[in-house]
Amino acid sequence: MATVTVRPPAAPEKARAVERRRRRRRSAWRRQLVALAFMSPWIIGFCAFYVYPILSSLYFSFTRYDILTQPVWVGLDNYTFMFTSDGRFWTAVGNTAWVVAVIVPLQIAFAIGTAMVLTRVRRGLGFYRTVFFLPTMVPLVAAALGFVYLLNPGGPVNAVLGFLHLPEPLWFRDPVWAKPGLALLATWMVGQTMIIFLAALLDVPRQLYEAADLEGAGPLQRFRHVTLPMISPVIFFSVVIGVINGFRYFTEAFVVSKAGDWDNPVGTPQDSLLFYSSHLYNQGFEGFHMGYAAALSWVMFVVIMVCTLLLIRSSRRWVHYQGGFR
Amino acid sequence: MSTAAVVTRRPVPPAIRRRRMLLAVANHSVAIALSIMFLLPFAFIVSTALMTNQQMGSLSIWPSPFKWSNFTDLFEFFPFWRYAWNSLLYAGLGTVGVVVSGIPVAYALSRMRWRGRQLSFVLLLSTLMLPVQITIVPLYIVFVRLGWIGSLKPLIVPLFFGDAFTIFLLRQFFMTIPQELSDAARVDGANDLQILLRVIVPLAKPAIAAVALFNFLYCWNDFFSPLLYAGNNPDTWTLAISLQQLTQLSRGILANLQMAASILFTLPVIIIFFFAQKVFVEGVTLTGVKG
Repeated sequence: MATVTVRPPAAPEKARAVERRRRRRRSAWRRQLVALAFMSPWIIGFCAFYVYPILSSLYFSFTRYDILTQPVWVGLDNYTFMFTSDGRFWTAVGNTAWVVAVIVPLQIAFAIGTAMVLTRVRRGLGFYRTVFFLPTMVPLVAAALGFVYLLNPGGPVNAVLGFLHLPEPLWFRDPVWAKPGLALLATWMVGQTMIIFLAALLDVPRQLYEAADLEGAGPLQRFRHVTLPMISPVIFFSVVIGVINGFRYFTEAFVVSKAGDWDNPVGTPQDSLLFYSSHLYNQGFEGFHMGYAAALSWVMFVVIMVCTLLLIRSSRRWVHYQGGFR
Repeated sequence: MSTAAVVTRRPVPPAIRRRRMLLAVANHSVAIALSIMFLLPFAFIVSTALMTNQQMGSLSIWPSPFKWSNFTDLFEFFPFWRYAWNSLLYAGLGTVGVVVSGIPVAYALSRMRWRGRQLSFVLLLSTLMLPVQITIVPLYIVFVRLGWIGSLKPLIVPLFFGDAFTIFLLRQFFMTIPQELSDAARVDGANDLQILLRVIVPLAKPAIAAVALFNFLYCWNDFFSPLLYAGNNPDTWTLAISLQQLTQLSRGILANLQMAASILFTLPVIIIFFFAQKVFVEGVTLTGVKG
């Protein structure tokens, strides 16, 4: 070891190595700085529009706050009120669960169905695809207003139903039929989901179907054992998005509730269209109970996180990834 | 060539050919039935928009006579163009903000190696999962303190600080550009900013166009945020809000006018869709399958 330092040419070489390493470290540092500069819009946005609001709404959720006066610390009051005394909270949770349990599966099933029809037609695929996708392009407000008109008791849908001597429900005026009316709207606007399933279905290798045919599988078995596993990642994706959309569900319900008269309370008729976000909007921005609204948004945050994690964990059991990664 | 192929192909037995024919007919009839179902609401809405007030009360479905003047009468009821201008401002400036702020972020996330990249990407993806309602309460309070309520600022300004969906899509696209191109530019002495502007952006034009389009439509259709931030000041209503509030503006406004307004609001979107259909279908597929 000592001999190394004695040898004359070693010293400059070592110095050069040190210099090189320093230069490399400096360039790595520079690269890091450049990357951070490139990232800066998002970093600022993430802190200002996610980290700060989520943390401060945790604080607000322990207060009573109406914006005009200072927030007052009330401890867990908002949460105990929410779970024990706020009847409308549970109504909203129930209605939101209806969206997740009925509308989302209906949409997925209908999307798979229409996509499968599309994979079978040889000619005119482009035309059908455009037609099926078109409704998703209609702005939600316009679509909801359109359906309010279509489904009004004296409107065209009931005219057709009457012509066929079928029962004519009052749709958005009847608490029992209001949510099915929204389900119709959601089914009409299924195009986006359908396109995703169409791409997945077209990706299923033909050999798999041929192999299933050789083993004598009927159409149902083919669907159950070939198609479903192959498109399961997309189903998984749609379920996750569906749960989140259940919480987000607002515009359609709001437009429908207020279509008859602007002074209608959110959730008209009779709270049958009161969804989680409608309740939050009503509490926070109509009643200005900011503390309570913050508590509602925190519960929503936790539930979405838990749902997403659970879905991701359970997906290992039933989602089949081609190539076996993940 | 094609005739040769036809000649060499084994003739299909008539029984099988008949079965195939029947299947094709069955498939097409299902597809046509579905098409009618998807198109019928459009037909009803357009026909309603052309009806006279008297006809609205009756049960008839076909307008007679066609009242085209609904589309002009409409402008007397509410200042359509002012709301359209607000929608345009929100969608236009918002799109500029999202694209300008998203491109460098997507570049750093896809084509640079640095510490914290993975973590940033995971955080970005997780914000994709969060509905606006989660952060709305404190943001509203901040905007109240800034005095921004009743203006378009709370809608537009945040879009200049990166949008997760846009960044994600651009990153996915940037990943597909061969690394050799950046390396070659680097050998020629280009720095990252020059590589981004001279190599990546020109190659990513289709993706950038898609992202801009998606974002424009998102803002044009957006309802929740404008309702919240501009709700009490009619000067800053967007079209989406004004359509909903037509019922409030003039009580008992008739459905024919409301449908006419909805059509005017929807028409630009449909026109854009027909011009850029491929972008939509491919963009949706990209997000869905890769997401």
